[in-house]
Amino acid sequence: MASFFQLLVSGLATGAIYALIAVGFTLVWQTSQTINFAQGEFVMLPAFFILAAMNAGAPFWLACLIGIVLSVVILGLLFKFIIVDPMLKYGVLPLVISTIALSLFLKEGAKDFYSSQAQPFPSLVPATDFHVFGIVVSLQSLVVLAAATATVVALHVLLTKTRLGRSMQATAQNPTLARILGIDVNRMVLYTFLINGALVAIASILISPIYLAKFTNGETLGIAAFLAAIIGGFNQVRGAILGGVILGVLDNLSAAYISAQYRGAFPLIILIVVILFRPQGLLGRIEERTV
Amino acid sequence: MLRAGLIASVLAAGLGLAAPALAQNTVYIPAILELSGPGAVSGTNFRDGMLLAIEEINAKGGILGKKIDTPILDTQSDAGISRAQIQKVIDNKPYVIIGPVYSGSVLVDMALAAQNEIPEIVGGEAAAITQKGNKYVFRTSFGQQFSMPKIANYIRDGVKAKTVSLLWVNNDFGKGGRDTFKKEMEKRNIKIVADISSESGQTDFSADVVKIKAANADAIFVYLNEEESARFLREAKKQGIKAPLIGETTLLGQKVIDLAQGAAEGVKGHVGLTVDAPVPAVKAFAERFKKKFNYVCDHNGIKGYTAVYFIKYVTEKMGKFDSKLFAQTLHGLTITPKEEPGVLMEATFDQNGDIDRESFLGQVVNGKQKIVEVLPKLGNSK
Amino acid sequence: MSRLGAVVVIAAAIFAVVLPFFLKPFGLYLISMWAVLTVAAIGLNLTLGYAGQVSLAQGAFVGIGAYTVGLLLPIGVPFPIAFVAAGLLCFVVGWILGYPALRVQHHYLAFVTLAFNTLVFLVLRNEEWLTGGTYGINGTPRPTLLGWSTNKPLDFYFLCLGAMVVLAAATWWMLRSPWGRAFVALRENPIRALSLGLDTRRYTLMAFAIGSSLGGLSGALYAPLVQFIEPNSFALGMSFNLLLMVIVGGGGYFFGPFLGALVAVLLPEWMRVTQDYYLMVYAALIMVMMAFCPSGLLGLVDRVGRRLRSGEQGPAAAAFEPQSTPP
Repeated sequence: MASFFQLLVSGLATGAIYALIAVGFTLVWQTSQTINFAQGEFVMLPAFFILAAMNAGAPFWLACLIGIVLSVVILGLLFKFIIVDPMLKYGVLPLVISTIALSLFLKEGAKDFYSSQAQPFPSLVPATDFHVFGIVVSLQSLVVLAAATATVVALHVLLTKTRLGRSMQATAQNPTLARILGIDVNRMVLYTFLINGALVAIASILISPIYLAKFTNGETLGIAAFLAAIIGGFNQVRGAILGGVILGVLDNLSAAYISAQYRGAFPLIILIVVILFRPQGLLGRIEERTV
Repeated sequence: MLRAGLIASVLAAGLGLAAPALAQNTVYIPAILELSGPGAVSGTNFRDGMLLAIEEINAKGGILGKKIDTPILDTQSDAGISRAQIQKVIDNKPYVIIGPVYSGSVLVDMALAAQNEIPEIVGGEAAAITQKGNKYVFRTSFGQQFSMPKIANYIRDGVKAKTVSLLWVNNDFGKGGRDTFKKEMEKRNIKIVADISSESGQTDFSADVVKIKAANADAIFVYLNEEESARFLREAKKQGIKAPLIGETTLLGQKVIDLAQGAAEGVKGHVGLTVDAPVPAVKAFAERFKKKFNYVCDHNGIKGYTAVYFIKYVTEKMGKFDSKLFAQTLHGLTITPKEEPGVLMEATFDQNGDIDRESFLGQVVNGKQKIVEVLPKLGNSK
Repeated sequence: MSRLGAVVVIAAAIFAVVLPFFLKPFGLYLISMWAVLTVAAIGLNLTLGYAGQVSLAQGAFVGIGAYTVGLLLPIGVPFPIAFVAAGLLCFVVGWILGYPALRVQHHYLAFVTLAFNTLVFLVLRNEEWLTGGTYGINGTPRPTLLGWSTNKPLDFYFLCLGAMVVLAAATWWMLRSPWGRAFVALRENPIRALSLGLDTRRYTLMAFAIGSSLGGLSGALYAPLVQFIEPNSFALGMSFNLLLMVIVGGGGYFFGPFLGALVAVLLPEWMRVTQDYYLMVYAALIMVMMAFCPSGLLGLVDRVGRRLRSGEQGPAAAAFEPQSTPP
């Protein structure tokens, strides 16, 4: 039984990370119909901004700040203006191809300009473990869990309790109506890109001490974020959290109790079942379909 | 018609019609390596080791007075692209081909190289490579059929284990090692109580460690790539695994020790090639590598470096550039550092293209890999 | 097809037959790869460009086809039979994969097919007793047909080219038939198609099945071309690459996949002059291309052509417009 809870706790920490990445992905998708196939690489990259800043002599906290700012500017602002905006009116597919190309570009960039070798990354907290009822929890994963939860809760409050947030939600749900209501739709869309830029940087800082900074890190993370977003529900922040946690826990449990070789298959099967029988996701709202 | 002509010439250039201008005073030794995709870590190390050797040799006038010309072609860690690249270099009549490292790509490429009677010096470790009767393929490190018996003996005699848990990465490297290891365990009547596969690039090892703990074996054999090894070691330390952790080069390397941040303490195992070997020439090489490329090289760096020196030595021994004779000469040849310092350690090639060297048993002590025993060459112990 | 279009196609065809005689084996390998991948891209173009069903599983079908041939040839099945078997198997699997498309559309369908692709990869990798697992299948022989050995690169290229031409012609014929027009009707306005009495269910499944079987036939040539197949080659990357070919060439244009595959196969090779940065340069070029011609290269040609003829709609485009009445 102890091992079951051990897996549950580890899965929760992993799931919280997936949730953090999925939330940003969902926001951007909702407001601009951008399926960002480079989202995983967006999480991989800020760690290298931070490492580069530290190599230039900045202390860790300052480097993190620089990393977040760079991420917001490059992965938020520039991504929107250079890649998304010119192509939005041509439908989803060209943009999908563009983000696939972007993911290759970022991966190769990190490799060519930094290193192909995995890099150690400083941790926010010392490596301490707690033993509770036979379960071991590292301080690191607790911090990850707490930080991810806090970020997502803050985002939820922003979206539901503030005027700005409600405007963003209105934009996401019905841009035309939002425009009639006098909301500056373009500005709201821009905000979601900036928020995503910040979220991926935070995710990067949280996971890199555990995952190590490496140019291929985005491959698994990006797919995990899609799965979490869809399973939980595309149009709800809460949904992404649920999806992320289900994914993290399920991965551990299926690897331990069913089949390690097929551990990757279980989330996919759940995804297919969810899409076929509850396409709006577990917590999502049904969207009106236009013909 | 002018436009069509232009397009045709561009197309032709892209399809390799225009042969590169091969100068008279260079020798064409192309390298095909994994420089992007999942194999990039191995490929980059291999390339940098190779570049260091080429620079040293060319600075001293090259091989038989000819400078080495080595274009480097990326396979994207994909067998299909690797096959295209080897075809490209074969069209230009290479003397010897270096690489690739991924076993799948090696298997495709070596067939083509053999058809054209061009020797290929590869980085792959899968047992199958030298079991196909190919007369033109040569390794730069132990095949798994040589390294696994050494580990198996160590688990039987050194650790005195009766049961063992096995954790491996599910790619051709890990699967090949696992299959060979299993056979060796059966021969020695050691029971495998847990046989756990993990994904390449896996980040969360808690489920794997839970299973290993539950199996409660006398020893745990870990066969993962470097970063995964580091992540696993941290999780193993966290969950308090007590049984000895045994591994190969990819568990004991200095890089893994650094990445694992203290969790690698006490790990033991067999190391084929390591920059921490108690051999002055290897240590000096590691210094030069670190100075030039600004990172610590792994065993692939040594493979790349020595590959070039093998070519130099054999060619100078023959006194001419002859691809077919090269393959014949290298079979059964022993190269000592006294004759050619660049090979770093004495190496013998057998009739299949397998390489035999001394190897080491190591242990991680105070954050450093410490060599506790030098294992003689297999040829001597037989 | 306009007269100019016909001239271009005939010129390209002559080029495809004459050029190989001046190429070394490397060039032949690349254009063989182009022919093979074009077949898969034509299939995806049918599912996506004509019927409007987003599929991210075409790479999996290439894999299923490749493994079918890779497994059947060593046990003595003649190549033509293995080739047809690969197509049939993928037709059946594609038909089954089409069922989700009856329930969900667009990005949801994309994600179902993406999941399917990864599931196929896992099966290919884990079921070692059948597929050889991570070791893959080595040394698939190139076939001998009616005494014609295709072992040499030039011969094998002509086999690939021939297969491509035959399959492309069959697709062309099918698209002119009532079926093909039904596919387009399905993409343009499924509700209208339904109200016109079209059995949309059957045509959706058909679009998937035929597109997938072309993927399988492409795989059947891929195995003897590379002579080594492993699960990794048919993971998501291959599907992304095929999607890229269709979109870059021009989705819904018959000759789009030909052009798109040419870009995807040759452009990275040409970019190798930039050494270490070649994949970055390639990725950047794709992004630029998408920004300037989001409807693909043929879309661009079409647009320029229309502008030259001052707004007059080109006959090439008209052929693919939905106004052609469905049966």
